Amino acid sequence: MMRSKLSGIWRKAEQSKLFFPLLALAIILLFDLITVPGFFNIQIRNGNLYGSLVDIFRNASVVMLLAIGMTLVIATGGIDLSVGAVMAIAASVAALLMNPYVLATELPPNLMKLINDPNFTYQPLWVVLLVTLLVSILCGLWNGLLVAYIRIQPMVATLILMIAGRGIAQLITNGVRIQIFYQPYAFIGQGWIVLPFSLYLVAFVYALAWLLTRRTAIGLFIESVGINFRSSYFSGIDEKKVKLLAYAFCGLCAGIAGLVASSNIKTSDAFNLGQTLELDAILAVVIGGTLMSGGRFSLLASLIGVLIIQAITTSMYAFGVPAFALQAIKSVVVIFVILLYSEQVKVLVRKLTTQKEA
Amino acid sequence: MSDKNTNDLLVAMRGMTKAFPGVQALENVDFDLRYGEIHALMGGNGAGKSTLIKVLTGVEKPDDGVITLAGREVHVRSPQHAQSLGISTVYQEINLCPNLTVAENILIGREPMKFGRIDWKKLNAQAREILLRVLEMDIDVTQTLGSYSVAIQQMVAIARALEIESAKLLILDEPTSSLSIHETEQLFTVMRKLKGEGVGIIFITHFIDQVYQISDRITVIRNGRLVGTYETVALPRMELITKMIGRTLTVLDEMSKTKVETSKHISKEKVLEAREFGQTGEVEPLDLDLHAGEVLGLAGLMGSGRTETVGLLFGLETPDSGTLTIAGKKVEKFSPYDSIMRGLVLSPEDRKATGIVDDLTVRENIILALQAGQGWFKHLSSQKQYEIAEKYIQMLEIATPSPDQPVKNLSGGNQQKVILARWLATNPQILILDEPTRGIDVGTKAEIQKLVLSLAEEGKACIFISSELEEVMRCSHRIAVLSDRKKVAEFGSEVDEQVVMQSMAGES
Repeated sequence: MMRSKLSGIWRKAEQSKLFFPLLALAIILLFDLITVPGFFNIQIRNGNLYGSLVDIFRNASVVMLLAIGMTLVIATGGIDLSVGAVMAIAASVAALLMNPYVLATELPPNLMKLINDPNFTYQPLWVVLLVTLLVSILCGLWNGLLVAYIRIQPMVATLILMIAGRGIAQLITNGVRIQIFYQPYAFIGQGWIVLPFSLYLVAFVYALAWLLTRRTAIGLFIESVGINFRSSYFSGIDEKKVKLLAYAFCGLCAGIAGLVASSNIKTSDAFNLGQTLELDAILAVVIGGTLMSGGRFSLLASLIGVLIIQAITTSMYAFGVPAFALQAIKSVVVIFVILLYSEQVKVLVRKLTTQKEA
Repeated sequence: MSDKNTNDLLVAMRGMTKAFPGVQALENVDFDLRYGEIHALMGGNGAGKSTLIKVLTGVEKPDDGVITLAGREVHVRSPQHAQSLGISTVYQEINLCPNLTVAENILIGREPMKFGRIDWKKLNAQAREILLRVLEMDIDVTQTLGSYSVAIQQMVAIARALEIESAKLLILDEPTSSLSIHETEQLFTVMRKLKGEGVGIIFITHFIDQVYQISDRITVIRNGRLVGTYETVALPRMELITKMIGRTLTVLDEMSKTKVETSKHISKEKVLEAREFGQTGEVEPLDLDLHAGEVLGLAGLMGSGRTETVGLLFGLETPDSGTLTIAGKKVEKFSPYDSIMRGLVLSPEDRKATGIVDDLTVRENIILALQAGQGWFKHLSSQKQYEIAEKYIQMLEIATPSPDQPVKNLSGGNQQKVILARWLATNPQILILDEPTRGIDVGTKAEIQKLVLSLAEEGKACIFISSELEEVMRCSHRIAVLSDRKKVAEFGSEVDEQVVMQSMAGES
């Protein structure tokens, strides 16, 4: 009796996309609750909230932004390896627009002073943001063009920009790491309004993506194209445009992530900014249960995927694991999470819960 | 059912039972196969044929039941295990590697070696020899498998199963659904030869003619239960059909009446007019007319250009000659989307590859084309979606536990109905149905044929394609015959089947 009830609950839970990511997250947080005293403490300073939990969210915000776009791209059956490089491009464009004088070899003293002025920007902030995001969307469109219209395999197509992108980012700033002194720009990554400002950006982009996919037919088309693009084409869906849109949106997300990341470190570091973050984003999407082959997706599950990765990192630090051991431990946890999804393991669990009911 | 007689049998399955969530796929089914017997396994869609085969081949584990193979009880653990036991299966969907050569596909895993490398010359020679000997088929084995027609791919799969896995038991799951008459004959020759060698063959097909042509015994299952096993010669056709669908098939009689009735309503107005319409290398320029309320049958052998012709009409490719006029307007833009907007839809031949979107639900599959026609932003509310889905589930009697069931969980016939529903939901004026009845059971077949006629009655125009000439004859008011990618003839509905056949074969 007990067992059959249990198996019923298990089966129902299994069907929800959010169940496994939430389960994994809960297990990690439970571990923290037991082993790290004060992990859940939240302090209020100047009306803002601080604490390990808030840190997890704040540190996760960049990858969360990437994961939202990545989810859509992966759902179409693609992948975007270039998001890290697009972040770097975005950072370079933004830094250059705010402070092009850095690149000049000789400057009159009146301009020289402006370089370090926290109140100076060459272009107004809205222009900086607009142009940066347009450039990011352009990067996404380029990927989409290669994948959808020229039919290059997504991994190869986006590998091009992944490699070329960092070069482009360095070209933009003439190979210089531009320090960003303009104070309002720093607010993007470091500001707080009760919660870190970057979280509001995540919420905004998430809401945008959700509305775009679930309040229009685009979500259905993305899933349909990801599952079977030929059937979709036969049904009158313009599968090329659907893919183009997904990559363009992913580019936009990468651009916003680039703004947040560069604002965090107050510099345009074309070489290191966003390095390997594309892999974290992809991993988060996978943990969120979207298949790499495309199809059904859940944006929320991807975000929880990011939180899982970030929670592991934060709790390991809180637990006192040295930085050099972190990657190894992280991978063990990731393997465990992925095992939860495995069909084989599911079958095993199903067996354990249903066997010998009689 | 004593154990004594199982010793004389190649396969004895006793009390096979298997349940899937929500479905009792098999319930206490017995099945016997003698040595050197061709045994047809019959039943409607979702009857449990596939499950029975899957249990036998180790794809699924039975909940209950005993399998005896050549007198010994076996527990088939996996398809690999089944192969090692001498059970070979050739599926409807070919599971070979299309990007490898024919020779590689046949001999994969046991390539002849020379100096530690594959001896390609020998490999190709061996493969060619096998095909010649087993199937009397002479093709270039160094070409990739994918470059050959589905029919040839299927033959290669059979050759591999017979030759390499040295099967004692061969299961052919709908092997003929994509074969031409000649190729089917070839296959039958091979089957008879194997039978002579003592190989037991389980043959699954929806072609009743073929069952009578080749099988020794017939086992019928329905709704997961055994109806019975019969000697083929002792079971009249109508009785077989009655056993399969559990009721008498009166629809067919009604149908010929409806056809005569509906032919009176065919309007003079042309909804589709093609002139010199063609594409180099695919379809020779042809003239084709279609009237409102008319069903036009498109007959022709495999490779005669039926599928290419309707693909061109639907805008999958852009024609390079002639004109197409639909509802009085000359067509300029060719794409599926534009065709749908013009009210012309195509239910494609290959249900799996170009029809269903298998992970999406029944509801989503049904509204897909309608939504595509409305564009990205005019989103059908979920209430509206359910309304539409429920309507067609009822109308076409789609057997699904709910509209939210992934369509891949449905049987082939029901998947086909879902695709029809997808097109009907767009309220088309012209429906092109390319092999809508392929691989589905007689009951559903008759339903679909009836549906076609009732659509015509509503004033819609239909182009109906089927490999079964009988079916084309039964539903069409007019028949156009294609041969060698050319339109060669056109007949009224009173034409003799023999005449159409001759014209299909290019002997006019």
